[in-house]
Amino acid sequence: MIAILDYKAGNQTSVRRALEHLGIPCCITADPDTALSAAGIIFPGVGAAGQAMAQLTASGLDNVLRRAVHEARPVLGICLGCQIMLDHSEENDTPTLGLVRGVCRRFDPAWVDEEGRPIRIPHMGWNTLSIRIPSPLLEGLPENAFFYFVHSYYIETSRENVIATTHYGAEFCSVYGRNGLWALQFHPEKSGRPGLRILANFARFCGVQSNAPEVASC
Amino acid sequence: MLSKRIIPCLDVRDGKLTKGIKFQGNQDIGDPVETARRYYEEGADEIVFYDITASAEGRGIFLDVVERVAAEIFIPFSVGGGIASVSDMRAALLAGAEKVSVNSAAVKNPALLSEGANAFGAQAIVLGMDVRKTAVTAEIPSGYEVVIHGGRRPTGLDARAWAIRAEELGAGEICLNSIDADGTCDGYELTLTRMISDAVRIPVIASGGAGEPRHLVDAVTKGGASAALVASIVHYGRYTISDLKQALSDAGVPARTCW
Repeated sequence: MIAILDYKAGNQTSVRRALEHLGIPCCITADPDTALSAAGIIFPGVGAAGQAMAQLTASGLDNVLRRAVHEARPVLGICLGCQIMLDHSEENDTPTLGLVRGVCRRFDPAWVDEEGRPIRIPHMGWNTLSIRIPSPLLEGLPENAFFYFVHSYYIETSRENVIATTHYGAEFCSVYGRNGLWALQFHPEKSGRPGLRILANFARFCGVQSNAPEVASC
Repeated sequence: MLSKRIIPCLDVRDGKLTKGIKFQGNQDIGDPVETARRYYEEGADEIVFYDITASAEGRGIFLDVVERVAAEIFIPFSVGGGIASVSDMRAALLAGAEKVSVNSAAVKNPALLSEGANAFGAQAIVLGMDVRKTAVTAEIPSGYEVVIHGGRRPTGLDARAWAIRAEELGAGEICLNSIDADGTCDGYELTLTRMISDAVRIPVIASGGAGEPRHLVDAVTKGGASAALVASIVHYGRYTISDLKQALSDAGVPARTCW
């Protein structure tokens, strides 16, 4: 069973639908015991860092995440979840969870795209990964896979954490972590087959198998 | 590199897929869930569902379609038509949509854009704009006027000024539909698309007029759009989404060609 943390931050239902499609047992939960007895935790999120941190703290789920990391349980952060696992976010100048060293910065409006025009913010749409460190999380992906991004802030963390980077005005970290504590800036639940494959890879790392045909074919 | 998106638009009435020309004469052309799944398999980057039913009963059927779609396709999709309040937005997002598109309601109550952005994030709020070319006047300096109610009612709002205002209010994206080009298959309104793309920093989706693959290339190059909405060009089987992707790619436009 994979636990999807429920802190009223948007995309938990989409994540659940994707796992169900993959035949992976899962539940959306705000209950600490359920989350901490699951084989792995997915920490999703859409919205603003300040509000999300307030909700996490109010529900006590911040401590659930700290404990899960302390006990070396598999955790996968997605989008806003990925951002607030770091120390600080420039969004609402918010101190965040500090599970991994790093910060979240706003895209610089002065950055330009390939045509020399200022980048549009948010970074919204499909983009690719350059893999820096091989990870079981990204196993079996087609070489030219695209993923769906929607964000106005990007991650900075130390180089040994960076699994993959993506280019938008500049190169930024789009996948980080190690040993089952991982985070994705993009939305695997909305990235077609390659995204589903990443979710299946995470579940497999947690000891939960998916038998969906499209995971095999990806 | 960020790719340019191709977004099929499905007009839904009473749970059925429909398509009209210049917002009139709608005909049923299929099942929206099945069609959405086919476009997903063909490589659509996103899908827009537009509810053209007005009744409360139709609304319920529509949200049911949205839920069924969410269980089967794993790319983003947005929902528009009849969204007039934060609670309408919430219902669509809970049913599984990533984004909601507001059009007439935002003209009548611009605060709806900021209320939506505050509640769900700017990335979830799309401003839908229906625009018609008109004479340049003091009130409409760009020569393009925002119209509402399916193009039937002029608003006196300048399209360029409205786009800028919507960005300030918190819209995360603009879906720009030319009423003049809609359903003609003669190509997107490129002057309008370029004008709005240059006026704002949020992504702009060009809409209305696609009939040939080169029209999409023009929309994202000459028009400066981040994405192109398509309807007739794919609904009647003239081209597949993959054909259109290939056309972008052949023209050197970054496109998601692997899915």
